[in-house]
Amino acid sequence: MNDTTPQVKIKAQGVTVHYGEAQALHGIDLDLNAHEVTALIGPSGCGKSTFLRCINRMNDVIDGCKVGGLIAIDGQDIYDNSIDVVELRARVGMVFQKPNPFPKSIYDNVAYGPRIHGIAQNRDALDAIVEKSLQRAGLWNEVKDRLSDSGTSLSGGQQQRLCIARAIAVSPDVVLMDEPCSALDPIATAVIEELMEELRHDYTIVIVTHSMQQAARISQRTAYFHLGNLVEHGPTQQIFTNPENQQTEAYISGKIG
Amino acid sequence: MQDQHIVSSFDQELDALNQAIARLGGLAEQQLAATITATESRETSALSAIIEKDQQLDQLEFEINEKAIEIIATRGPMATDLRRIISALKIAAVLERVGDLSKNIAKRTLVIIEKDAENNSDVSIRRIAETVQQMLHQVLDAYATGDAKLAMDVWDRDLEVDQMHNSLFGELLENIAQQKASPIVSSHYLFIAKNLERIGDHTTNIAEQVYYLVHGAFPTDERPKADLAQSPDID
Repeated sequence: MNDTTPQVKIKAQGVTVHYGEAQALHGIDLDLNAHEVTALIGPSGCGKSTFLRCINRMNDVIDGCKVGGLIAIDGQDIYDNSIDVVELRARVGMVFQKPNPFPKSIYDNVAYGPRIHGIAQNRDALDAIVEKSLQRAGLWNEVKDRLSDSGTSLSGGQQQRLCIARAIAVSPDVVLMDEPCSALDPIATAVIEELMEELRHDYTIVIVTHSMQQAARISQRTAYFHLGNLVEHGPTQQIFTNPENQQTEAYISGKIG
Repeated sequence: MQDQHIVSSFDQELDALNQAIARLGGLAEQQLAATITATESRETSALSAIIEKDQQLDQLEFEINEKAIEIIATRGPMATDLRRIISALKIAAVLERVGDLSKNIAKRTLVIIEKDAENNSDVSIRRIAETVQQMLHQVLDAYATGDAKLAMDVWDRDLEVDQMHNSLFGELLENIAQQKASPIVSSHYLFIAKNLERIGDHTTNIAEQVYYLVHGAFPTDERPKADLAQSPDID
């Protein structure tokens, strides 16, 4: 990682989200830097996952969900009418809490995105993308001799890495992760965390996590959400040693706020 | 402690750590006070008791380290909790060191009593000793109450101690030069004065930890220094 001033990749300004009458986010202003892992933390229902899903417009598919304010990636408003949502979701990949490989072969799981987006010109190019993606996800050596096995035959940690390989196969700029390790054991978690550190050099990573230790271990910046507001945002080291806000302090220390 | 943890056994462990620091602070104060009294009154039995008692401080520091490591390993402390534990570790080490310095003064005093049975040397360590005693007391109060301002007052007072040490140092050198006192006795007094000056320094280390605990950062001002007697050949 170079030490130059961080470059803002994703800019959120006054982002609001309503689910019908209920307001889930009350005007979030947050800049997310390129080549950094930003951790979104906060109690259940605080709006952190809602905010995460705004970044690739996953909220669009929820009935009655209304997003306001601005979210721009590389200066471009992603809610603009000219934006192709399918293309956006290729640029902004997502990994979920529970590994969700397609009920297809390991190869097809990774090849699916490049195929539908027309990224690979021929079979050789597709093979190369699949291999490279699995390698980057740290899974290649474990699956290279069984690429035609079903993705669902893998262990939980392997499935999650397969989902990461699937997300990066379409060369995204941003990878969103919604509690990607909550169903994994500590070793599988460590493998994913090591992977995130590796991947952040090429991507911008935003992760929602309920593990304070995980946020502290892997992120450069941490944002604390509470009741649909962004309470505090800063360098991870500062948030976990000397937070400015009492609510943040109470939350990360496990205190009665 | 300001807020309660949802897991109450965590609070109990932090309380136990605080109490252990309070006990160690109390012991360090007692040892210093006893040393000063016995040095002035030349009570050899009291001096021997001080030397003997130092191991209690060593043991307590060890227990504090163990407790702190256990909390770090099992609780994953964050923010103020983390700072409290790190401060406790550092303060415990400083207090143990204050105990060592008191013990060293006691040992040297036993030699002085042996070499100068008539007490001809006429050296008074009272002023510097009382000042560092007050500083230690104040800084432990500042720690117990989380009073960073009081801690910084102690920090500032170290200048006085440096000045008193300089003048005592000059006086002792003069005694040696003028052959007013035995060089052996004067040399031991030089180290006693230095030990007291070091205890003053250590109270400023505790003051910095109190400041860090409260503010999450270290004081930025350069501490005023007037320790002219500091040179490579004496320390």
